[in-house]
Amino acid sequence: MIQVEGLSKIYRVAEKQPGLAGTLRHFVRRRTRDVTAVQDVSFRIEPGEMVGFLGANGAGKTTTLKMLCGLIHPSAGEVHVAGHRPQRRQAEFLRRITLVMGQKQQLLWDLPPMDSLRVNAAVYGIPDGVAQRRINELADLLELGEELTRPVRKLSLGQRMKAELLAALLHEPEVLFLDEPTLGLDVNAQARVRQFLAQYNRRTGATVLLTSHYMADITALCPRVLLIHQGRLFHDGPLEVLADQLAPEREVRLELESPVEADALAGLGRLEQLEGCDVRLLVPRDQLTAVVAQLLDRFPVRDLDVTDPPIEELIGGLFRQGRV
Amino acid sequence: MRVFGLNRRIIRVLLGSQYAHMLEYRAEIALWALSGVLPFIMLSVWSGSDARSGLGLDGSALDRYFLSAFLVRQFSVVWVVYAFEEDALLGRLSPYLLQPLHPLWRYVAAHLGEQLTRLPFAALIAAVFFAVQPQAFWVPSLGGFLLAWLATWMAFAIAFLFQSLIAALCFWSEKASALERLQFIPFLFLSGLLAPLTAFPPAVRAVAQWTPFPYLIDFPARVLAGQPVDLLAGFGAQLAWIVLLLPLVLLLWRAGVRRYSAMGA
Repeated sequence: MIQVEGLSKIYRVAEKQPGLAGTLRHFVRRRTRDVTAVQDVSFRIEPGEMVGFLGANGAGKTTTLKMLCGLIHPSAGEVHVAGHRPQRRQAEFLRRITLVMGQKQQLLWDLPPMDSLRVNAAVYGIPDGVAQRRINELADLLELGEELTRPVRKLSLGQRMKAELLAALLHEPEVLFLDEPTLGLDVNAQARVRQFLAQYNRRTGATVLLTSHYMADITALCPRVLLIHQGRLFHDGPLEVLADQLAPEREVRLELESPVEADALAGLGRLEQLEGCDVRLLVPRDQLTAVVAQLLDRFPVRDLDVTDPPIEELIGGLFRQGRV
Repeated sequence: MRVFGLNRRIIRVLLGSQYAHMLEYRAEIALWALSGVLPFIMLSVWSGSDARSGLGLDGSALDRYFLSAFLVRQFSVVWVVYAFEEDALLGRLSPYLLQPLHPLWRYVAAHLGEQLTRLPFAALIAAVFFAVQPQAFWVPSLGGFLLAWLATWMAFAIAFLFQSLIAALCFWSEKASALERLQFIPFLFLSGLLAPLTAFPPAVRAVAQWTPFPYLIDFPARVLAGQPVDLLAGFGAQLAWIVLLLPLVLLLWRAGVRRYSAMGA
């Protein structure tokens, strides 16, 4: 469904020194330099696959997604999506794809999402009856109801994101490019969006390429991941292989009823922090359940939280350690 | 079947949603309508009897010209460059570029929705004008009204295409609206908004006729006011400008999209 061969993108950016002198110099003699955002990236994605696209900020994820959907032209390389060359942006191609970019919205701000959905239905040539049926189905999956008839500006971030997804999927695209679809959402909304994407994939067989800052999005949805760093592709394969390298440990935060000594926590993971009743441990993934059970058994726990460190940190650590 | 990417359903739904959108800004649009009273100010400046005869517009002719100029301006105001610039900078253009409809149609629909919202306010201002200047009241013939309507729409089309040409430069310069401000001065003087073109020396008139400006206000306003005007030459010039600008806009747009790097996205 997606074939990428030797894809590169080089941007020309202006360089300006700070201060008045720098401004004047920039005005008289504009200096630019070439920045390579994506370099010689190749991969294939089969129909129906859900693939995670990982990388730190500025790694080249969004630039690649924009090239795959035809928003920007590659500097070199070949891209084919659903049998089309995206940069031609033919109507037939545009009907088969969608791009969801975090908070960038296509919904009219002052009108209810329903108005924007009617426009999309007309633009994509979806008959009224079919559009209404799809809206009902997708709204049901996304748990959207009366929100569709409230002005977008009155909706919460999570409700807006779900309405954006509905608008982006109304024409039942075969290829979904999702750039941070859960960014800024609370935990419940994130879970709901994840669940929805999995259901959509199962129901329609759509191909999904997803970027996210949240490891949980990737682990829940994508058996295969691509890892990009400084524009180059470093990993293309099963998530488990990368997950072990990326996040071999999980972070356990505890708030205890009373302070404990460090010795008492020996053998329960790596102690990162101990301040009175607050404890932070890094526990190997495969021992997590056993360690949490022991913690709850041995100590009076007021609060317990298990998280993955932010993906940026994990990837940064991976490259610093030279493990990729 | 689609013509230029449009069919009746898209037109209906797009116009309906944009009209609803603009109604949300009705208070702001009322103020915009009110801020377009420059022709009335100019009318008071030119109102001395000497000035009227100097312009060749005696009696109520000058009053009707400036009221017509006000109405034509109300329905040919274009702001696509500002909307487009904001959309490009904030990355809102990206989803529009990925839909099988040319993004410029959305801006056309937004302008038409805004014109419809403006209609009652413009009518109210015209009513107040007639209440103050009852001797200026006139009802144009049906034929004259339809011709004036067509001339106003063609004026809108020229202004829209001209500004879209500038807007397409946003693909190269993020602040293309500065160019729009630059062309506002010749527009102000040569369009007939400050004075009918007959007020200018023959040499200036001759130059002005080779620009699009007189066909944006002066020509449609004269048609509406029922003044003697060369219809064939006027409509011919309007059509020529549309035929010239349309391919330029499409070409520049296509080149711009190639260069587009989704600024701010």
